[in-house]
Amino acid sequence: MLRRRVPLFGIALLAGLAAFVLIGPLIWPVAPTQMDLLARNQGATWAHPLGTDQLGRDLMARLMVGGRVSLAVGLVAMLLAVSFGTAIGVAAGMSRRLDGPLMRLTDLFLALPLLPLLLIAAALFRAPLAVRFGPEAGLFALITIAIGGTAWMGTARILRGEVRALMQRDYIRAARTIGTRAPQMIWRHILPAIAAPLGVSAALGMASAILMESALSFLGFGFAPDMPSWGRLLYEGTPHLGAYPGRALWPGALITLAALGATSLGDALRDMADPRRA
Amino acid sequence: MRSHALRRLAMTIPTLLVISAIIFALLEFAPGDPMAQLPSTIPPDVRAEMRAALGLGQPAPVRYGMWLWQMVVVEPGIALGIVADGDTPRILSWQTRGPVMTLIAQRLPQTMIVVGSAYIIGVIAAIGLGILSARRQGSAIDRAGTGLAAMGYALPPFFTAAVLIYVFAIQLEWAPTIYDTTLHVTGWNSFAAQMRQMALPITVLSLQTTAQITRYMRAAMLDTLGQEYILAARAKGLRERTILMVHALRNSMIPVLPVIALGAPQIFAGAIITESIFGVNGVGQLLITSLSAGDLPVVQTVTVLIAVAIVLANLASDLALPWLDPRLRDA
Repeated sequence: MLRRRVPLFGIALLAGLAAFVLIGPLIWPVAPTQMDLLARNQGATWAHPLGTDQLGRDLMARLMVGGRVSLAVGLVAMLLAVSFGTAIGVAAGMSRRLDGPLMRLTDLFLALPLLPLLLIAAALFRAPLAVRFGPEAGLFALITIAIGGTAWMGTARILRGEVRALMQRDYIRAARTIGTRAPQMIWRHILPAIAAPLGVSAALGMASAILMESALSFLGFGFAPDMPSWGRLLYEGTPHLGAYPGRALWPGALITLAALGATSLGDALRDMADPRRA
Repeated sequence: MRSHALRRLAMTIPTLLVISAIIFALLEFAPGDPMAQLPSTIPPDVRAEMRAALGLGQPAPVRYGMWLWQMVVVEPGIALGIVADGDTPRILSWQTRGPVMTLIAQRLPQTMIVVGSAYIIGVIAAIGLGILSARRQGSAIDRAGTGLAAMGYALPPFFTAAVLIYVFAIQLEWAPTIYDTTLHVTGWNSFAAQMRQMALPITVLSLQTTAQITRYMRAAMLDTLGQEYILAARAKGLRERTILMVHALRNSMIPVLPVIALGAPQIFAGAIITESIFGVNGVGQLLITSLSAGDLPVVQTVTVLIAVAIVLANLASDLALPWLDPRLRDA
């Protein structure tokens, strides 16, 4: 690469998508659940720019609402995964006693067949959680916790390496000599020093969380039809690919754009943190 | 080196035990009764007999032990012909009442043909593309390769599949939209039909593999080409081909090999998605249909077998690295 990449592209893409799902419904106030049986299976018209589905629901409005679900899952699952990963990585990097067991745990999680396990969890636990927390909140909690709880390993490994190297630095030794306590040490000296790899992990984690949720929904084990995510819309649209290609291609393109935005943000952050590699 | 290999080998069995226990516990703690959909007019004693017939009579630890015994001793024994079929209870599917291993054996060839060959094609393409783009850094092929690698991580297989089906199967009608698993290759015509129906699923899967591995291969190759021993080889007047394929390739493979080995079991994850799009009745589809039908023995066995594949791939890459990198042999 001749010039350094700036994270502008990724940020612009993610901001555009966020505006589409958050501000979009204000500009395009068609209810996503409103059925119009006289206008079923329509192509692009002025009333429905992206057409309608088999119940006459407006695809544009459904995409806006679906994106809220997809992006919210990506964000919350990423926050969970990064918090877990940071806690485990920093603990393993700082304490020699915890290092062995925590890294053993990380290796164990890395060996789990994740997609099958997430499918099992989503299939078997959906009904009881829906009873306890209501159908929407229960499903959202189940999917974000399942995805976030199985996506922290990469972050933990990278941060452990960073923290181990950091512990040898003179300023950390000096801080320890004057008796800085562990919480303050982490907050004041360690977290700021590992902010760059943390940011990279967060951006890449968001991309993989969005893709994982889409995969679950696409296989029919994710969100329900009344609360469609982009993956669910793609799942509903795929059988009609011959007659109404837009119904599958639009949500698919939006998932890809969201993942692309997050990965290129992550890549650009990495290049900024380590200019030698760019 | 030997002690390192032995230590990794010794870790394998406990890891597999813990993973299989986690999978069993997940299925066990899941609420929902396999008998819940049966009519309530069935008398309690008949119901109890039916539960016993499904193998649900015993407490959970006994059932886990039983399943483990069947998985480790009975099934390999039957496969090798040591244990006679019919003497000992096998792992039975709740749906078909037949042995789970028979179901898997029926499905595995389709998965291996489509998903396995896609992985091999993807890896070879990635190594080639990595070498080419590192050789001519900044050239058109390098830019294409890096572009593909950047897209590949973000392109989900279900979207590439939808686009490819729309363009090549629906608009151009070059390939069928659905994989016909009843097709038997008997002559040139059926061979051509088989190739046509394999083309799209293999493209979808190998595109993803290529994109993910090219990135590592290019970086490793660039790193190696900057080393001094390559400069020495150039100064000796070796041919460029020899430098690239003999001197640089082997060293560049060191960081890439673990990526390839660890990606191999992920083909089963890819299989789940790709098989459900194209209707290939392989192992991935078996998992999805069994999960929808609540056929837990099949789900449990397939998931554990995927975990075994992941752990073995890890082990294989650990054992193969010292062979590739002599510096690791003394460590």
